[in-house]
Order: sequence, then C-alpha cells, then structure tokens
Amino acid sequence: MTEYLPILLPMIWASILALAVFLYVLLGGYDLGLGVLFPLAPSHKDRDAMMNSVAPFWDGNETWLVMGGGGLLAAFPLAYSVMLPALYIPLILMLIGLILRGVAFEFRFKSERYRYLWDLAFAGGSITAALMQGVVMGAFIQGFKVVDNKFAGGAFDWLTPFSVVTALALLSGYVLLSAGWLIMKGDDDLRDWAYRVARKALVVLAAFILIFSVWTPFLHPEIAARWFKPAHMVMLSPVPLITAVSVIALWLALDRRYRYAPFLLGVVIFLLCYTGLAVSLFPFIIPPDISIWKAAAAPESQLFMLYGAVPLLPIILGYTAYSYYVFWQVGDEGYH
Amino acid sequence: MDALDPLLLSRIQFAFTISFHILFPSFTIGLAAWLAVLEALWLKTGKAVYMELARHWTKIFAVSFGMGVVSGLVLSYEFGTNWSEFSRLGGNVIGPLMAYEVLTAFFLEAGFLGIMLFGWNRVPRAVHFVASLMVASGTLISAFWILAANSWMQTPTGHVMGSDGVLHVASWYQVIFNPSFPYRFSHMVAAAYLTTAFMVGGIGAWYILRDRNIAHGRIMLGMGLSLIFWLAPLQLLLGDMHGLNSLKYQPAKIAALEAHWNTGTEVPLILFALPDPKAETNHFEIAIPRLGSLILTHDWNGEIKGLKSFLPEDRPNPIIPFFAFRIMVGIGMIMIALGLTGAVLWFRGGLYTNRLFLKAMQFAAPLGFLAVLSGWFVAEVGRQPWTVYGLLRTADSVSPVPGGSVFFSLALFVLAYGVVFGAGVYYIAKLVRAGPDGTPPIGAGGDASRRPMEAAGNP
Repeated sequence: MTEYLPILLPMIWASILALAVFLYVLLGGYDLGLGVLFPLAPSHKDRDAMMNSVAPFWDGNETWLVMGGGGLLAAFPLAYSVMLPALYIPLILMLIGLILRGVAFEFRFKSERYRYLWDLAFAGGSITAALMQGVVMGAFIQGFKVVDNKFAGGAFDWLTPFSVVTALALLSGYVLLSAGWLIMKGDDDLRDWAYRVARKALVVLAAFILIFSVWTPFLHPEIAARWFKPAHMVMLSPVPLITAVSVIALWLALDRRYRYAPFLLGVVIFLLCYTGLAVSLFPFIIPPDISIWKAAAAPESQLFMLYGAVPLLPIILGYTAYSYYVFWQVGDEGYH
Repeated sequence: MDALDPLLLSRIQFAFTISFHILFPSFTIGLAAWLAVLEALWLKTGKAVYMELARHWTKIFAVSFGMGVVSGLVLSYEFGTNWSEFSRLGGNVIGPLMAYEVLTAFFLEAGFLGIMLFGWNRVPRAVHFVASLMVASGTLISAFWILAANSWMQTPTGHVMGSDGVLHVASWYQVIFNPSFPYRFSHMVAAAYLTTAFMVGGIGAWYILRDRNIAHGRIMLGMGLSLIFWLAPLQLLLGDMHGLNSLKYQPAKIAALEAHWNTGTEVPLILFALPDPKAETNHFEIAIPRLGSLILTHDWNGEIKGLKSFLPEDRPNPIIPFFAFRIMVGIGMIMIALGLTGAVLWFRGGLYTNRLFLKAMQFAAPLGFLAVLSGWFVAEVGRQPWTVYGLLRTADSVSPVPGGSVFFSLALFVLAYGVVFGAGVYYIAKLVRAGPDGTPPIGAGGDASRRPMEAAGNP
C-alpha cells in the first residue's frame, strides 16, 4: 500500500483543492458578483437587501479562498512558490480589493454621511477582486517560466490578451451567479431586475465560453492533442454538448421565470467549464512542465493533512449548510 | 544593493501587515471568550444587563473580527508572494500546520459567526450559545496552529533535510510541540486575554467616570480587573519561563534584547542604553550590577553569552529588541500594579468611586496592544537573520520578485490599511460612545435593530 502513496496522495490532494477552489468560485462568485452589480441596483433599498442577503455568509465563502491558498502551500509547495511570485501584482490587487469589500460589510451601515464611499469600496473592491481572479486563472492556464524550481519570468508576464479574456469571462460568470442568487433571495422588484441582468450576463458569458474554448487548445499543443484526437473527441464531446444544452436551458428558465433553476444551471455551467479545464490541464499544476507529482509535498506531509481533512471536510460542509439553512429567508435584521 | 531592494521591502511589508493584523486577534481571542461567558451568565441568571453587554460588544467584536479576517487573508498569500523560497524549502513542515489552521479554526469561526452576529432571533438560545462557544474555540485553535508554526520557525525540531534539498518532517509531535511552543502559546493567549481585559475594564471605567451606563460599566471594570489581578502576575511568570527557554535555544536573541556584547558571568541588568552595533558597545548605559544574571539564569553567577560571541552575520541588530523588550516589561509592571491597586480598592469598597484609579484604568485601556506589538518585535527581530532559526536565512527566503513590485504593493497596503483601519477604529470608538443602552432586547428584531446604529450615526 505505502508504495502507492506517492502516486495516490497528490491525486487525492489535487481533488480536494479542486473542490475547494470550485466551492470558492461558486460561493465567492455570487458574493463578489453582488458587489459588481451593486452600483447598478435599482434602489438604496435593494442595495441594503443585496448586502443583507450575503452578510452572514461572506466570511465563510472567503474561507474557501484561504483553503485554496493555504492548501496549495501545504499540498503542493513547489506550485505555490512558483505561482505566487509570478502572480504578484494581480494577487496583491485581489487582496486589496477583498480588504475593501470585506470591511464595507461592517462599515457601510455604520455610516450615514460617507455610506456612498463604502458602497464604492464594496463595488470597486469586488470588481477588482473578480477581475484579478480571472487574470490569475488565465495566467495559470498559460503557465509560467520556471528555471531551477523558481519562477524566472517578469513582473508582467501575467498580462496577456488571453488573461484579459479570462478576467472578463469570470466577471460575467460571477454576475450570472449573483443574478441567480438574487432571483432566489430577492423580493419581487429585485427579482424582476435580476432576471434582466441574468439574461445579459448569460449572453456575454456564452460568448466568452466560446472564445475561451477555441483559444485554450492553441496555448499548448498537448491540450489540442488531448481534445482533438478522434478517440478522445467522442469521449469528451459530452462536456461541450452539455454546456451548450445548459446555456439554452438557463435561457428558457429565465424566460419562464423559474426561481431556483437559474442559479442551479449557472452552477452546472461553471462545473462543466471547470471540468473542461481539468481535462485540458491534468496532470499539470504548472503547465506544461510541472505535474502534481513533481510539485507535491512529501507523502508524510500530505498524509498527515489527510487524516484531518477526511473527517473535517464533511463536518465543515455540514455546518456551512446549517448556516445557509438558518439564514435562507432574507430578513431585515442582517446588518444593523 | 539596488535602491529598491526586494528583501528589505518585503521585510518592511511583512512587518507592517502582520503588525496590523496581530492587533485584531489579540483583541478578538479574549473578546470571543468574554462574550461566551456573558451569554452563559445571562442564560444562567436571566439578568438583562449581561445580555445587553453581550449584544453591544458583539457589534464591536464584529468590526474587529472582520478586520482580522481581511488582514489575515493577506498574510496567507504573502508567504508565497514575498517569501516563496521559505515556502518551497519549508512547505512540507509549515504548510500542513497552516492547512490545519484553516480546517479546524477558520471554517469553524466563519461557519458560526453568522449565527453569532445575526442569529439571535433565528435559532434557540442554546444554539446561539453553542455558536458563540464555537467562535471562541475557533480563535483559540487558530492561535494554537499559528503559534506552533511560528515556534517551529524559532526553535525548529522534528525535521530532516531531504535528498531533494527541502525540509521534511520526521516527527509531527516534535514539530508541533517544539521546545518554545508551550511558552509562546501560553504567553500569547494570556497576552490576548489581558489586552481584552484592559479594553473592557478601561471602557467600563470611562462609563463610570462619565456617570453613564453605570451598571454595565461596573460589570466591565469588575470582570476586567479580576482577570488582570490573576493574569498579569501569571504573565510575568510565563514571560520569565519563555525567557529561560530562549536563553537555551536562542541565546543570540537574549543577548540582543539585553544588549549584552560580551560573554560573562555576574552580568548587570541594563535599564537604559543606546546599543551601537557598529562599535559593538552601548552608549549612555544605566545598569544594576549582577541583576541580569539573576533574572535571566536565576543564578547570581549565571553566564550570559554576548553578541560578540556570534559571527556578525549571525546576530540580530539589538536596537529594536532592546527597546521593545523594555516597553513590554514596563507595561507588564504597570498591569500588575493596576491589578493589585484595583484589588485593594475593591477590598476597601472604593473601587467604583476612586476617580484617580478610574482615570488610570481608562488611559491603560490600549496598553495590551502596545505590549503585544513590542513582544512580537522582540520575538521576530530577535530571530534575525533567520526565518527558520539556524536553518534558513531571511535573505535566502525571499521571492524572486523585482523591488519595484514590492514597493508598489507596500505603498498600496499602507494606503489601504491607513484608510480601512483608521475607519475601523473610528467606528469602534463610535460604538463605544453609543454604549450598551442603545442595544434593543432580544426579540425586538426587525426595524428595532436599526436604532442603535442610527444612534451611533448621530452621536
């Protein structure tokens, strides 16, 4: 058994981290998306409702991002130590954005005169964080210049046409999730508006998914080979097909004003894009050279964490679900 | 050296961001525990005053906790953005400790924080109390892991150097329960409780002096002082034990914080001096003969290694540790004196009427923060030039990023923290001024819960 651990453990940890990042993209996604939509909301009352709908959850949502970062350090220290310096500027901007939008939850209801400034901080911080996460995703897919196990590129290597596209794509995806969230949680006026927003976001997102899907295979020949080998094409064809079906289904759900389907279908679209990405990149954590096995922490370190993660993750998901259950109905006691 | 040296700038940035961050956990570790105690007292006695205090201080807790969360997030990424070589070489050891902090503490806090802050009318009282307990435990568990990580960096044990050139773990028990961990953990938790006790007690004294919120103020001052009375002397003892431990494992740090240049027995206690690292001597020294040996080694003839016995490239610069240590100890002495005076006054029955003492408590309110910062400056600057003591130099830990990037980020952090934390302190002060009277009773949810904030908005 122990001789398989160095092969198995990195795969297990890659799956756990992929789950953490996916949960962050969903939960942090609708959460940041609310900030993006904030300045466009029809009224002050709606802005208060938007903020209160997420107030009990934002800290928990953001913890998945800490799990993603901390987990990467713990399970794949080499990847962490290459990627973070490479992404220095976008990550710092993301952190500043998250600081500004995070404290806005506490501050905006405590301020009368300067509330508009905290509204601005919430929106500006959320937009910055969302865009930078998209840039990080694009740069990650493109890969980094590595010499001698260290990042050896320049300070602006992350800034490419491709990463700009992924930034805008992720932003539109977050807006779609957030509109879906408001369709579930808003009152009638807010829902009407959210349905309209969701339509526009869906059109934009669908366009970006198309650009993204055509572009990605050209970044690394390995990715193209993986998708366009005849045998693979048949096996992998469900991914793009189900994505297309989901986009159409979501459009219809918005048309018929379903309450829960828009958010859930948004989640499905994210999941499919995420799967497509995983298919493209596996087993590389820094494409095209460093695999999850090369970047993995020592087996004794990964095993030590696994002892904790296996019992704890279900418990964490359990009490997170309980918190969502308790605050499912949006009340007005949220923030003061 | 380049004008924009990424190493120096990264050190300044980390010092700046972590100094800001540590202020909030220092406050919220104690506050979360106190809030759970208040809630327990309310559930047991049914007295409204406890519930009013709990609800009022929950708001202050929320602001502080929020700022702790966002400033802490920055640190978990700075390990990679600025100290990637440390992460690569020490990741096998440090990473899992951080991962356990996330899994056992951050999620626990975040998962129950919503219920603690907003759940008063949504869940049964017992469930709310459990949520408060979970948040309080989360803050302590978080301290456990992060202090295990920091202590391992100070006194590393349980590791081996692998054939792949990075550190590996031989024994998790020895990594976590490394030689300085028990002392550092208890010293920090006691510091956090003292910090909170002084804030709560000091604000209570201020209410009494202002002749308002008297019932609340008395409970705050009384509870704060009873903790200070026991904990301040205990903290001195813990600090002393911590010092003995450092003398054994980090003698260069002790030499730096005492500004001793020459090795010797019967070493004096230096009360004041200007250490001069270039000339390897002190100016304007005021010292008490032999007392240094007694305090540091518990022996009048104890030997203390001087800074000169370490190679110049292996010693910390003594200036910051020397002064920071004196500030910390001085504050500790003031804390002990205030605790004793408070006890005497209480015994005589004049605690709540002695205006001089109440004033002293009011001004002492922020002392804990200053002591915590000073203590960490001693610990961290005194560890230099190492990130992992004796194993990995700070200069070899830094990321391959250009100085310009770090200058840019440092400037942004200074700007953002200035605005955000300035505002945070302002809003906390506003909540304190509004007082617990404005907090509505439980069951009066809905619109009523807006009132205190409007009161806070128009003081």
